[in-house]
Amino acid sequence: MRHGVPRRLDRRRDRGQQYARVRRHDRDENEHGDARARVLLKSKIAATPGRPLHPAPMQPDRTAELVALLSRRILVLDGAMGTMIQRHKLGEEDFRGGPAGCLHDHAHDLKGDNDLLVLTQPDVVREIHDRYLEAGADIIETNTFGATSIAQADYQLQDRAHAMNLAAARLARECADRWTAMTPGKPRFVAGALGPTNRTASISPDVNDPGARNVSFDELVATYTGAIEGLAEGGADILLVETVFDTLNAKAALFAIESHFDRVGRRLPVIVSGTITDASGRTLSGQTTEAFWNSVRHVRPLAVGLNCALGAALMRPYIEELARVADTFVSCYPNAGLPNPMAETGYDETPEQTARLIEDFARNGFVNIVGGCCGTTPAHIRAIAEAVAKIAPRALPATEPAAA
Amino acid sequence: MRLAGLEPLTIDDDALFVNVGERTNVTGSRRFAKLILAGDFAGAVEVARQQVASGAQIIDVNMDEAMLDSKAAMTRFLNLIASEPDIARVPVMIDSSKWEVIEAGLKCVQGKPVVNSISLKEGEAEFVRQARLVRRYGAAVIVMAFDERGQADTYERKVGICQRCYDILTRQVGFPPEDIVFDPNVFAIATGIEEHDNYAVDFINATRWIRAHLPHAKVSGGISNVSFSFRGNEPVREAIHTVFLYHAIRAGLTMGIVNAGQLGVYDEIPPELRERVEDVVLNRKRADGQSPTERLVSFAETYKAKGKEVVEDLGWREGSVEARLAHALVKGITTWIVEDTEEARRKFARPIQVIEGPLMAGMNVVGDLFGAGRMFLPQVVKSARVMKQAVGHLVPYIEEEKARSGDAGKPKGRIVMATVKGDVHDIGKNIVGVVLQCNNFDVVDLGVMVPAQKILDAARERNADIVGLSGLITPSLEEMAHVAREMQRLGMTQPLLIGGATTSRVHTAVKIAPHYAGVTVYVPDASRAVGVASNLLSDELAAGYVAEVAADYEKIRAQHAGKKGPVLIPLEAARANAFATDWAHAVPPVPTFIGRREFRNVDLQELAALIDWGPFFQTWELSGPYPAILDDAVVGEAARSVLAEGRAMLKRIVDGRWLTASGAVALLPAQAVGDDIVCYADTARTQEVLCWHNLRQQSERPQGKPNYCLADFVAPRDSGVVDYVGVFAVTAGLGIEKKLAEFEAGHDDYGAIMLKALADRLAEAFAEWLHRKVRRELWGYAADETLDPVALIREEYRGIRPAPGYPACPDHAVKAPLFDLLRARDLGMTLTENFAMLPAAAVSGFFLAHPEASYFAVGKIGDDQLADLAARSGRPVAALRRDLAPNL
Repeated sequence: MRHGVPRRLDRRRDRGQQYARVRRHDRDENEHGDARARVLLKSKIAATPGRPLHPAPMQPDRTAELVALLSRRILVLDGAMGTMIQRHKLGEEDFRGGPAGCLHDHAHDLKGDNDLLVLTQPDVVREIHDRYLEAGADIIETNTFGATSIAQADYQLQDRAHAMNLAAARLARECADRWTAMTPGKPRFVAGALGPTNRTASISPDVNDPGARNVSFDELVATYTGAIEGLAEGGADILLVETVFDTLNAKAALFAIESHFDRVGRRLPVIVSGTITDASGRTLSGQTTEAFWNSVRHVRPLAVGLNCALGAALMRPYIEELARVADTFVSCYPNAGLPNPMAETGYDETPEQTARLIEDFARNGFVNIVGGCCGTTPAHIRAIAEAVAKIAPRALPATEPAAA
Repeated sequence: MRLAGLEPLTIDDDALFVNVGERTNVTGSRRFAKLILAGDFAGAVEVARQQVASGAQIIDVNMDEAMLDSKAAMTRFLNLIASEPDIARVPVMIDSSKWEVIEAGLKCVQGKPVVNSISLKEGEAEFVRQARLVRRYGAAVIVMAFDERGQADTYERKVGICQRCYDILTRQVGFPPEDIVFDPNVFAIATGIEEHDNYAVDFINATRWIRAHLPHAKVSGGISNVSFSFRGNEPVREAIHTVFLYHAIRAGLTMGIVNAGQLGVYDEIPPELRERVEDVVLNRKRADGQSPTERLVSFAETYKAKGKEVVEDLGWREGSVEARLAHALVKGITTWIVEDTEEARRKFARPIQVIEGPLMAGMNVVGDLFGAGRMFLPQVVKSARVMKQAVGHLVPYIEEEKARSGDAGKPKGRIVMATVKGDVHDIGKNIVGVVLQCNNFDVVDLGVMVPAQKILDAARERNADIVGLSGLITPSLEEMAHVAREMQRLGMTQPLLIGGATTSRVHTAVKIAPHYAGVTVYVPDASRAVGVASNLLSDELAAGYVAEVAADYEKIRAQHAGKKGPVLIPLEAARANAFATDWAHAVPPVPTFIGRREFRNVDLQELAALIDWGPFFQTWELSGPYPAILDDAVVGEAARSVLAEGRAMLKRIVDGRWLTASGAVALLPAQAVGDDIVCYADTARTQEVLCWHNLRQQSERPQGKPNYCLADFVAPRDSGVVDYVGVFAVTAGLGIEKKLAEFEAGHDDYGAIMLKALADRLAEAFAEWLHRKVRRELWGYAADETLDPVALIREEYRGIRPAPGYPACPDHAVKAPLFDLLRARDLGMTLTENFAMLPAAAVSGFFLAHPEASYFAVGKIGDDQLADLAARSGRPVAALRRDLAPNL
């Protein structure tokens, strides 16, 4: 049934539509207009690689520590950031940082730019990090899903992307270190999140020209380079390329990461997390789970996983597949089930339901790192952490070596 | 080695030989080079598609041509094929001798590609730099056995360079050894130069050494090079490739760049050829001292001429040119038609005499046989194809003569034909056109969706003798009446012909003919068209024929007026006698998901297996149930023949990806509200997304039989039961225009009609396929259903899929919200203003899962139901009267 599966990436007619379907991860979609209509300020992007190199006060490489922990137990990642931010019901003024804020007179509406809050409402973000750490998260993600110059161009804030990543990493670092100090037996880690941006390098935005692209590999490398430098400088322990709906975007992020490591002469562990968009079992750009893994395996990630788009129940076959083929640790942070506008979180699973599903993954030996994506809350993470606490982590399969 | 396109390709140490398609290479394929140089990227993409279809597991893409901006061409081509799932499913091999072109390619592919190639040619530093980047871009790499001194041509040089590269890559660069592929250079053998004789052996031995000494490394080669000296002799080249691969694979060759469609089987090479080829490939010395190369070269000369031939009785080719033309026409053979026509043209004084003489004589035989029921429509249409090609050859000569003298013969009459506005169905109309043309009528075909004004303008401007209208969907009936009224208003007098599946003699007599003072004639099928047209245009017969038709229609009108319709009961009474379900105890199955799902580019092979061939024969006007029709004493032979040709074209459609099948389904919570079925986006049933207004049978029913309405099969709102319905639209006609244009350009109406008929069949099969998938997986209420295609066609499953416009739900209008809901436009499907679907090969409708759901005909409805529907739907009664005319 090779061709029988529904493909999003296909036929020229559907370009625009598919693009519109690239979901604004973890946010209220309605807060954003159609991203296609926005003009990317290429000159600003192009300026990014010229950023002066910070002699990187990077975190030490904690790969060995992580591998040792991952071999002993399943580590817990935090849950949704956007869902928690929405509960604060912040207004335009709040996003601007109040009357005294430096963005008070910014020409573009800023409400909905959650990544900006690390600069304008750091206490809100800090409190969310703390609640996840309290719930038992071993790893927290920086609030930087959309903090790339390409995505921030929607708000005319492309030149703040680096500052956002730096501030977000510092904020998460501060929280993680505070909790590690309180519970030294449970070290906490910061994963610097690199989102997919709102453009796709493999999919044409033009209905009439399947060969057209609205972002190039080089532009993506430039935008990710800015974000990576901010995250590394701010103290991220891990770089997390997440919500990969187009593997070529992810490959650009990985290229930027490797180039950064090359420049500074040090490495950080990397996690790559793809997104299977529906029950066809493919990414938005049309790859199967195994093809996705084959395409990112060259960076020898600490872990590869899946997140977003699906709840754990629908994600199960793909996590099982990944656990079978990946010769590295496997991570998984699904949504809290399916979207449900009637629920408070916008998703329909309770903490107990999500935890039960993830416990099943753990019992079947599919996972090493678990957490939550859209619609999950500290209560979900607490339930997940409790559910997997006593279960042995997945053992690494032996396969052909990826490197000598 | 774990490569990937949209799908993974994992090549481990024990993997079987992987073939890499070589045709998308401007240096290796002249055709591909021509397409790229001409900027015909669509054609170039087709080459890639064929490569994958014929079994290439990776495709090699090379744009190294001096006249090209290779970087731009590489980027453009890779971006284009990325959008074609049939192609993009396999990994790409980015092939260039220029690093900048390779790098441009690496920036376009989301999967894991193979770079072809890097080498030590420009020194170690550059090699290391490129290798690091290849790794950073996430690709595997082919390393050519090439160093600062040049290309390795001996075994020792080959293994020496490979060893050195392996050490640099694994120790210095940290390149994964599994991602290293060596190309120890395939060179041409049998060139006549003695130093070349051992090239194949050196390659094979180097391959064996690499696999034994360089752990996890793989070996590849450009296979076609080896036979370069036999250019032009494809059978011998194929044999050399096959023998060379046989030995190289046994030595450990992992992959090879080959023409995937052109590989033989070692054991099937004729022994005398294989032995000679093997001597050359393995450089075996012969005891008799003869040179293996010379021995193969002389044998190849004799071998070249031999081909695989189908024995055919060509005795008829011995006859006179007139006899040959007649034979070709009757048998539908186009092979020699142009040369025979040319011979006849030279023989006759004027080119028109060829048409009036032997060609018309041949067509008269066809017409007689057709009239006598000894030839059937498919054969006639094939004869027409022959005729068209012959005429096509003569037309320039006739034009030239006309330019000189003024006149060039006169057709029997001119007929302007069209499928009316809002309708797209034209298979029948095209058949009628072909048959009329065969009989020397001049046919002006205006195509589909033609507004009345355009038809009438054309009739005037072209001095039409007859106007013909066609249509399939019910709203077209009203459009035809409109055209008749317009003809009357404009004072036209030409005869009006009416045809198409929903038309009928009664409808024409009662609803169309009264609007027009000129004669209106219903033409039931193509075989009658010639008789009707000839009668109408005959000086002697016309008056009598017109009077006869008028009298016949008058009688029909009288009968119709006198005939009492079925007894209708009041709508309320019909509703009281609805089909009842005990909803208190019913548990409707719950779908596995709520919402929409797309199916793009569904495998045509799978659909082909589900085709119901029955209606295919109806298209060709061969009547009888399938498969019994194949053994029918009268039409059996014609049926077998058209089926065989249909199957042959179907294979070409599938193999050549002529058509794309895409569709969508939505499974939605639903409830019945009166006779409406209301669908919702959410299980709480708050967001209404579609309201389907259904009609109820209103005729008096026998005792115990309910007055059915489709809404009876869905749980009503007040039952409190959550029920669901499926909504779907599918098409198998995407891309058909291109092929149709090709057929038309080749004067091949037979092919065009056949293609449309098959597209229709595939669309129906797609609906069947989707319905089965819904039952078994998506809705899942019949997860263990295992019906064979015959049982599927007999509908031996639970649930129905009523389609708007068919008897159970005659109103087409729901297609508009249905298309919106399914976002059918995204799939390339649209509706005309009268709700005909485009592409025409399409099916849309609803899935109902009620265990007792069955098809029925709504039949006649009363004015009370019409008023009720108007109130429910907000559509004016007048519009409903037009759209539901057949039910009133």
